[in-house]
Amino acid sequence: MAESALHLVSNNKYDFNKKLRENNIDLPPLSIDTLQVNVTLKCNQACLHCHVDASPKRTEQMNKVTVDKCLEILKDNSQINTLDITGGAPELNPYFDYFVLEAKKLGKHVMVRHNLTVILDGDPLTGESKSYLPKFYAENEVEVISSLPYYQEYFTDKQRGKGVFQKSVDSLRMLNEVGYGNEESNLILDLVYNPVGAFLPASQESLEKDFKKELWKNFQIKFNNLYTITNMPIHRFKEQLERQGTYEDYMEKLINAFNPVAADGVMCRSLLSVSYDGKIYDCDFNQMLDMQVFTNKPMTVFNFDFQKLVKRDIIFDSHCFGCTAGSGSSCGGAISE
Amino acid sequence: MNYYESKDLNRFAEVGKFKPELMNKFFDYYGEATNTDGALSKREKALIALAISHFKQCPYCIDAYTTASLEAGANPDQMTEAIHVAASMAAGMTLVHGVQMLNNLEKSGA
Repeated sequence: MAESALHLVSNNKYDFNKKLRENNIDLPPLSIDTLQVNVTLKCNQACLHCHVDASPKRTEQMNKVTVDKCLEILKDNSQINTLDITGGAPELNPYFDYFVLEAKKLGKHVMVRHNLTVILDGDPLTGESKSYLPKFYAENEVEVISSLPYYQEYFTDKQRGKGVFQKSVDSLRMLNEVGYGNEESNLILDLVYNPVGAFLPASQESLEKDFKKELWKNFQIKFNNLYTITNMPIHRFKEQLERQGTYEDYMEKLINAFNPVAADGVMCRSLLSVSYDGKIYDCDFNQMLDMQVFTNKPMTVFNFDFQKLVKRDIIFDSHCFGCTAGSGSSCGGAISE
Repeated sequence: MNYYESKDLNRFAEVGKFKPELMNKFFDYYGEATNTDGALSKREKALIALAISHFKQCPYCIDAYTTASLEAGANPDQMTEAIHVAASMAAGMTLVHGVQMLNNLEKSGA
């Protein structure tokens, strides 16, 4: 039973489960329609707020046996209609192309959390070029979801590193050139905004209008949707808050902005997260906090059981306030706007 | 202890400890005026409030409206332009009193 995993939940003053009880909210899984797979922690960037702590120095990679096991799960479970590949820069996994191609053969919708710059930077260790990616994505109708913290250089480079904004603009143009972001094509290019500091995102709708207007006016770039995401108070971002002495203020801000409607729509109710070594989690954040799903024993892709997983108790902890603040935050952006 | 403690901003509502009905009226008015999209957007209102915060040099308000501007989607360029409006208005208000000085100069035959 999931109780055996509850010892992982930190006993602190930011008690998310208590907040749910106070609001008479119960959040069982609704379905499993998305398998989000983190195939590597290696990245060509080392962003300030990366909850994965990804960087060029990380070596963790999903091997082919585990990739094949994920494909088998997708094949055997028709309810899981979407493969969401993330990292690190997922394209730096040697089996990335294979994973995409095989999932497409199974008729799955494939999304990739693509950081834009890897197209130009390539592999930071081997120098292997990744300039084929726009064409590869277009040929396979992959939905591309890319972080762009702001439509201007200052916020973007502050968060993601010097020169990232200009490279992102260049890569977005390459994606536009192969048909992404054009409303008449079925090639979807979404952008993700997250605040550069300890504040909540602005309205997703208003920011999307700003991004579309400014990116078109200044760079003639088109995209489909903007998703706003709240910074999670874990790992690198939490360390930054603690260094600045603002961790408690940020947690209070998240708690004060608790939104029951956003809680109802949290992504862990319809998604499973898989780590590079095949362990299964309720979400990417629980994965980074090593809060693995338990159903009698630790759940992995090698003992995958859909029925048990869809009846599991989702593990919540203080960081979950990040998903329920304001308009909410999920892999698909705001929840309750 | 400093005269202004940033955490004291969180205690603003405590000013309603006595005569709460007056404070409640203020908060209703304040929320409606500053924190809604109307003929002006929340972002425009936050930038106006940020400019006034500097003009009146209220540390609480500067903290609050720096964050409010960011959470309304404003960027540092817009925020800086807003406080330049406040600063230039302040300079203009000082300088326009120079007319009073000129009047007196003329009166005194200087």
